[in-house]
Amino acid sequence: MALLQITEPGEFTAPHAHRLAAGIDLGTTNSLVASVRSGVADTLPDADGRHLLPSVVRYLETGGPVVGEEALAAATEDPLNTIASVKRLMGRGVEDVRRLGTQLPYDFVPGSSAMPLLHTVAGDVSPVEVSAEILRVLKTRAEETLGGELQGVVITVPAYFDEAQRQATKDAGRFAGLNVLRLLNEPTAAAVAYGLDKGSEGVIAIFDLGGGTFDISILRLNRGVFEVMATAGDSSLGGDDIDRLVAHWIMQEAGIADDAGHVQMRRLMHVARTAKEALTDQPAVEVKLERIAGTTWQGELTRARFEELIEPLLQKTLSPCRRTLRDAGIRAADVEAVVMVGGSTRIPLVRQRVGEFFGREPLVDIDPDRVVAVGAAIQADILAGNKPDDEMLLLDVIPLSLGLETMGGLTEKIIPRNSTIPTARAQEFTTFKDGQTAMSLHVVQGERELVSDCRSLARFELRDIPPMVAGAARIRVTFQVDADGLLNVAAEEKMTGARSSIVVKPSYGLSDTEIERMLGDSLSHAREDMELRRLREEQVEADRVLEALRAALTEDGDRILSAGEREVIEAAARELAAARDGADYRAIKAGIGTVEQASSEYVARRMNENIRKAMAGHRVDEFKSSS
Amino acid sequence: MAADLSSSYFQLFGLPRTFGIDAAQLDSRYRELQRIVHPDRYVNASDQERRLAMQQATRINEGYQTLKDPLKRGRYLLELGGFVFSDQHHTTRDPEFLMRQMELREALGAVRTAGDPLAVLAGLIDGIADDFAALAVELQSRFTGGDCSDPQAAADTLMKMQFFRRLQEEAQELEAALEDELA
Repeated sequence: MALLQITEPGEFTAPHAHRLAAGIDLGTTNSLVASVRSGVADTLPDADGRHLLPSVVRYLETGGPVVGEEALAAATEDPLNTIASVKRLMGRGVEDVRRLGTQLPYDFVPGSSAMPLLHTVAGDVSPVEVSAEILRVLKTRAEETLGGELQGVVITVPAYFDEAQRQATKDAGRFAGLNVLRLLNEPTAAAVAYGLDKGSEGVIAIFDLGGGTFDISILRLNRGVFEVMATAGDSSLGGDDIDRLVAHWIMQEAGIADDAGHVQMRRLMHVARTAKEALTDQPAVEVKLERIAGTTWQGELTRARFEELIEPLLQKTLSPCRRTLRDAGIRAADVEAVVMVGGSTRIPLVRQRVGEFFGREPLVDIDPDRVVAVGAAIQADILAGNKPDDEMLLLDVIPLSLGLETMGGLTEKIIPRNSTIPTARAQEFTTFKDGQTAMSLHVVQGERELVSDCRSLARFELRDIPPMVAGAARIRVTFQVDADGLLNVAAEEKMTGARSSIVVKPSYGLSDTEIERMLGDSLSHAREDMELRRLREEQVEADRVLEALRAALTEDGDRILSAGEREVIEAAARELAAARDGADYRAIKAGIGTVEQASSEYVARRMNENIRKAMAGHRVDEFKSSS
Repeated sequence: MAADLSSSYFQLFGLPRTFGIDAAQLDSRYRELQRIVHPDRYVNASDQERRLAMQQATRINEGYQTLKDPLKRGRYLLELGGFVFSDQHHTTRDPEFLMRQMELREALGAVRTAGDPLAVLAGLIDGIADDFAALAVELQSRFTGGDCSDPQAAADTLMKMQFFRRLQEEAQELEAALEDELA
């Protein structure tokens, strides 16, 4: 029995044309793009055969920025204009940057909305724009390789990324001109690539230690369904921190003071990283450092000493591991496979400690650098609509609890961590003063009881509350977390049915109007072109709506609708079709609204029927099998 | 237009309205339902369908969480039957239960000063799990299928289960703190 969908996703142009889609791993140290070609998912190399793109962007006085290996080569000599590990700055505010201090050797200037900007010779840029440059290079690479325009991409994010970090990533995708189909958690992406490759079932753990972030996720795989049981991590812990420990050791040995300056710091980090990587295969390594003064320091770093240096950091990764096991309600022994992801998991001591913790050898036969992009490509292929019969399903979770600030600076948890998404929670509020028409809600993320110990997400201002006597209003606020892990808030006053308008003030991000403005500026479009873009967007949506309706009516319009109901819907559709061919995007938008209203009952009835049919099928089966 | 909120979670999952539930069947129905409504299936569909899919998937997640957990399931069944829970803290005069409450609170308080705190705590956590499981059995016995002849008594059992659940959460937080300290 086929489980029917309302439409074939995306089938509003050529029904069986393959849609070009890609998965992007936007990493702290390296980024990759992958795609499914002829049924095989793999990363796409550049013209020189290199799959990894260093996540480094160098801004020049004239001309566009340089991204990748070329930029990396210049990093030590032009530190302030060469931005590396920008992922560490995504969704972070001025306070965070101040606290990170010498770890981020750039020239920061305050921007609007608490977001720091990086001052470069090409101007002040936001971390979102820097990330967009990396994405643009990957977009070009994919389109040139695949021979066409990308219809959509899946971009991965650390599972432990909070709302601001996720939104920043999505914004970067928009700036790069990408249609972001989904933000996918990196461990889940790795699980998809690994799980489909090995055809495994059961409980697996993904230990993902990248350049700047650490995630541990526990998933259950069951016939194509990947269900995240629990996830935890540290979004400021990774290979960069290991480099820093080695750099600090070198500074002590070489007698370099802490206030060494940008160029010296960059050189130190570069030398440290090279030494770290060499120690994976060698028991000791020669380390040579050029001091700014011109003298050279030389020394030897043994693996044993290196392991002493990084042991405390490794211990830090085990605490989230314990927590996920506890949250998942299982013991280490219940995990059937442990998969290592991320370049830093090449370090022998990391593998050893993880093996000890889970009581089994971690699996290392998958390329730890490429597995995330490959998993993202697999999902992108499905979301783009290339595999309508595919049964793969990803059930992911929100990594951090969402809470509301209440009296006295305390938080009240509204959505607990590890809730499967999408998820929602409704809460009722009332007014304090007579005639009060607005209300502000402060949403935070985190597990602690005090607001000051949690991460501020945004302030939601509810406006247009109908004025009433204090305490009379029943304002039902719905907090909805979508499949990307992003929060949407809606409010309705129950007595009058009035919907409040909501103004969102993100704590560490751009408001919608700021984004629109920056999009307009960055694409350097004239006002007329903005109108054209809006027109095209509305036309695309109108086509989707009309096609979906056409398919639905063909299938069951006669069965589910009365002649009168059907005529109302079709009349609205005719009006929309006429508007769609015109040049007024507002008319099209209005037409879409009319069709939605006219067909909302119908659409809902169909979906409910699909569900009922699926469940009713069971009762029939059970009856059959017992006879 | 909202999703079909009129059907109960039991109807939604195509399961009989009883307290006793087949966990494996619930799991597989859950996956089947998500395969139909999950937003990933509607990424290129119209805004309206995407919104509806999200509502439905959310409701299915809610339903799954409710039916999977004996405490939530019991409470849900009583509510379906028309029982109204008063929000005030429900007190009990059950002396055995009160004794156990005190015992456990004292034991938790004394964990840090024990010779082997983690081992003692692990034992306590197992004990609380056993208490909870025993109450789940008691709760089951108060239902005949989906009906409950003495909802007040069932609510009493639920209240006790709630207590043990909260205590378990505290114990686990203490375990997390100790593990981090002693690591």
